[in-house]
Amino acid sequence: MRWESWSQFWAMGGYAVYVWGSVGVTALLLAVEVWQARWAHRLVLNQLKAEQAVAQLPVEELM
Amino acid sequence: MKNINWFHYAAPQTFYGLAGKAWPWFAVLATLLMLAGMWLGFAVAPTDFQQGEGYRIIFVHVPASWMSMVIYLAMAFWSVLGLTFNTRLSGMMTRALAPTGALFAFLSLWTGALWGKPMWGAWWVWDARLTSELILFFLYLGYIALTSAIDDTRRSDRAGALIAIVGAINVPIIYFSVKWWNTLHQGASVSLTKAPSMAEIMLWSMLLMALAFWFYTVALVLYRVRTLILQRESHATWVHELDEVKP
Repeated sequence: MRWESWSQFWAMGGYAVYVWGSVGVTALLLAVEVWQARWAHRLVLNQLKAEQAVAQLPVEELM
Repeated sequence: MKNINWFHYAAPQTFYGLAGKAWPWFAVLATLLMLAGMWLGFAVAPTDFQQGEGYRIIFVHVPASWMSMVIYLAMAFWSVLGLTFNTRLSGMMTRALAPTGALFAFLSLWTGALWGKPMWGAWWVWDARLTSELILFFLYLGYIALTSAIDDTRRSDRAGALIAIVGAINVPIIYFSVKWWNTLHQGASVSLTKAPSMAEIMLWSMLLMALAFWFYTVALVLYRVRTLILQRESHATWVHELDEVKP
């Protein structure tokens, strides 16, 4: 380990804004992308489930 | 050697199952590689004698830039397959790749700006490397806008394939821009023809991160293509027989 303390690590030799601005935004956007993909997948599955549920209803209930 | 029937695996029904088995492995590998790359890059790698700690931005900047180019080439590859063989999967793969490509192109510009400010004194310059990367970002946005504006999937896939193939010309321009023009952007950090100009540990952290982003992309694209398959095949019997859509 090449850092003497956590504060030294976070300070990044004066480049904190630039280094953590890069790493932070990258981590955030990757997380958002993963979340968005899961959300889209769940949405499609729920739609398909709803369609199935309607298709299985007895005919009289649809009248 | 047995002949593999690629068209069999390209059938949406087969590929849906295959991708479902594969994506978690890529996701796990991507996470492990990312942790290893970040640890090596932020805890082990020494300070750069010219750029101080600011150089650590390259551990996300270079891999993101590489991926933004690789993903566009992959989209062009699937588009060529789609136009020649008319396989349904090709259009879905191209579409599944685009958002991740756009994301990496944006991250390349974003982290580049955050590196440029302290090192060059400017967030942005109209340099050949930066400009061609910006064009790449716009090509991704153009692809996404065009394909989502056309309702008919066949036509929309074809239109998208054209953007993907024509726009691919831009990728070698980005790559060679630092050689062809006198750019402010530095030359390649890693080249196939000569020994890398970086300390070994820095190089390894960068390669680990590049591999991590690569696996991340594969995992996410496989995941996203499954969503697209379900959407497009929603009227097929096999979809209704899946366990995950049983009410």
